[in-house]
Amino acid sequence: MLNYGWIIPAIPAVSFLLILFFGKRMPKKGAEIGIVALSASFILACVAVYQWIDRVESATGGHASGLRALGRGVFGAEGAGHGEAVVTPVIHHFTWWQNGGIEFGVGIRMDGLAVMMLFVVTLISLLVHIYSTAYLENDIRYTHYFAMLSLFTAAMLTLVVADNTLQLLLGWEGVGLCSFALIGHWWEEGANSRAALKAFLTTRTGDIGLMIGIIILFFAVGSFDIGRSNLYALTPNADHGMLLAASACLFIGIIGKSGQFPLHTWLPDAMAGPTPVSALIHAATMVVAGVYLGARLYPVFFNGFSIGHGGVNFMVLIGGITIIIGALLAFVQDDIKKVLAYSTISQLGYMVMALGSGAWVAAVFHLFTHAFFKALLFLGAGSVSHSGSHHSFDMKKDMGGLRKYMPITFWTFMIGTLALAGIFPFAGFWSKDEILVTAGRSGYDIFLVVGLVGAFLTAAYMTRCVYLTFFGEYRGHGHPEESPRVITGPLIVLSVFSIGAGVLAWSAWPFHLEKFKEWVEPRVSFPVVVHPGFDYSKAAISLAVATLGIGIAAFFWFKREEIGALKGLTQRNKVAHAGYTFLVNKYYLDALYENVIIASIKGGIANAAYWVNQHVIDGVVNGAGRGAKIAGKFTYEKLDQRGVDGVVNGVAEITGESGGLLRYLQSGRVQRYALLLFGAVGLLSLFLLLANS
Amino acid sequence: MALNNFLILSAFLFCTGIYGVLARKNAVLVLMSIELMLNAVNINLVAYSAFHKAVAGQVFALFLITIAAAEVGIGLAIVLLIYRNSHTVDLDDADQLKG
Repeated sequence: MLNYGWIIPAIPAVSFLLILFFGKRMPKKGAEIGIVALSASFILACVAVYQWIDRVESATGGHASGLRALGRGVFGAEGAGHGEAVVTPVIHHFTWWQNGGIEFGVGIRMDGLAVMMLFVVTLISLLVHIYSTAYLENDIRYTHYFAMLSLFTAAMLTLVVADNTLQLLLGWEGVGLCSFALIGHWWEEGANSRAALKAFLTTRTGDIGLMIGIIILFFAVGSFDIGRSNLYALTPNADHGMLLAASACLFIGIIGKSGQFPLHTWLPDAMAGPTPVSALIHAATMVVAGVYLGARLYPVFFNGFSIGHGGVNFMVLIGGITIIIGALLAFVQDDIKKVLAYSTISQLGYMVMALGSGAWVAAVFHLFTHAFFKALLFLGAGSVSHSGSHHSFDMKKDMGGLRKYMPITFWTFMIGTLALAGIFPFAGFWSKDEILVTAGRSGYDIFLVVGLVGAFLTAAYMTRCVYLTFFGEYRGHGHPEESPRVITGPLIVLSVFSIGAGVLAWSAWPFHLEKFKEWVEPRVSFPVVVHPGFDYSKAAISLAVATLGIGIAAFFWFKREEIGALKGLTQRNKVAHAGYTFLVNKYYLDALYENVIIASIKGGIANAAYWVNQHVIDGVVNGAGRGAKIAGKFTYEKLDQRGVDGVVNGVAEITGESGGLLRYLQSGRVQRYALLLFGAVGLLSLFLLLANS
Repeated sequence: MALNNFLILSAFLFCTGIYGVLARKNAVLVLMSIELMLNAVNINLVAYSAFHKAVAGQVFALFLITIAAAEVGIGLAIVLLIYRNSHTVDLDDADQLKG
């Protein structure tokens, strides 16, 4: 399967076309095509994962003393000391077109990172497909919804297998387009279509950076190929200025796509889409594309931002800020999906911070585990709204006390919450811990603290969210019940992964597995990064911090009714109230974008453009129009009416007249014809006689 | 005997034939006039054959008689059919050829 990796994205792409053209005629309105296609893709992705693991294991076993990986062998004493065998990625490439000696190709680059992503994307997309059959039952655009889901997955998979930056950009834009269409799925409501536009335009802002970055990288390397770009970035004589410019521009793309500060504002609004779409966007397809790009071109960022030196850089700074602002905003949301959206922003901050501090494996592992528990939480929230709160997402108005009515949803949601909060032994614990340990070890101590604060906040806001949704008294007006099995099934599958995925990096006593690093970390063209082992003290600290977060939040929410001082704190205390207002208004970032930046564009530039439009362009257009009118009139009256029509009419008249005369000859009487015949013979004979005499 | 007498007779017969073809209303008489014209041609052929002492002319004349017989057969058949369809053999009434 590694050699035929292109099939995995091709299947959902074909399924998209099939659903679009034949979906409405199918008995299940096209959903079955999507599910079958994604199942096929998922199975093939599993095969690819198996083959890749086999490739790594056999290389490690058979050629332990083989060639050193280029990156490590050349640049790192530490890497060389590990004695790891080289495992080259499987690359297939063919030229799409070429121009002036520059090749533009499409191809696949299958390595640990790619097959890991293939597994995650196809699994979550498959579960989302199944879940959607119940969640969007009887929807007006049911068939189109499934078509877009397929295309969304296909675009993401194209991005994942890409072996060059152009193909990556293709998938990237496809993902953006599909998320636009799916967020605006219910476009009849103005707010939804505005949210879709906002998501599209905000990520486009980042995409400009991405495109410029790709171009700069192309001129630095001389190729769009990802492997060559990484190799170039690692050579000692690489142009550092170019790399810095390229990585800064590429990072702007990541900021836009992965919802980093300050372009994170589209992500909460994207909750306007159907919940399964939110799960897909947040877990597998859309936002992780940015982190994936960072991981894919890691050597470029590593050397561009000088990550190895341990100083504060653009990437780690943005990641750190995003962790905190996302987590803080999650506290003031009443909409359960928005809590999760801000939580995603914060968790993506972790990943970006990890990338920025040299913790590549930790970042990718967090991406892996986060995909499962965030998809689980979103699908859980969808289940609550589907069967528990009459399609509302307002935790304060329509939820509460649901644990009694929806036990499966409750327990799976709890598992997701514990995984997200980083409680041992759930998946999130291992990945978050690895990020914190690596950040601390690489000389980013301050970001270790930021990460711990983030962990505290995460645990606290998730406790608040769980309390408001599942505890207390039911505040809605419906009849809450457990969701159907198509909805709870995916939840159970995802909760199994949320519990168990951490095993892949279980590095504490009594096992030392660390399989994730072995399987996923590239061994060619890769910078030397620190791989600290499991640190019991730091793990204990992060666990204590998370437990403290849960404890304080639980105390606050469960005892709120009994202790008067806690109740209505934000209304009475000035400082708390100011903070609350500041957060509710999302740091006034939307206000900044809309009222200051967009308004100034509207006011100044738009007015100038309007003036130019009215006076210059309209003048030219009107002048051209007037001239054309005069010329047209002349042509009509003189040339057309008199010249052309005269000729045509004349021909017709002549034909008519001559026909009128000639019809007397056609009498139909044989004898008159004979008379003409003999008359003609007589005349010709006379002519002959006269001519010869 | 001089050739001229034969030619004059032939021309006379031919002109009579033309007159009959053009002027007569009865289709049978028109057919008979056509026969007259053919025979005028036959006389011409035989006369020139005797005059030039060449047998080819007489052979042509024999062929012509055969063809004329066939032609009259077809012509009479057509006339008969016209009569069956329109109960007349007046050529002025048979003007369907004008289309």
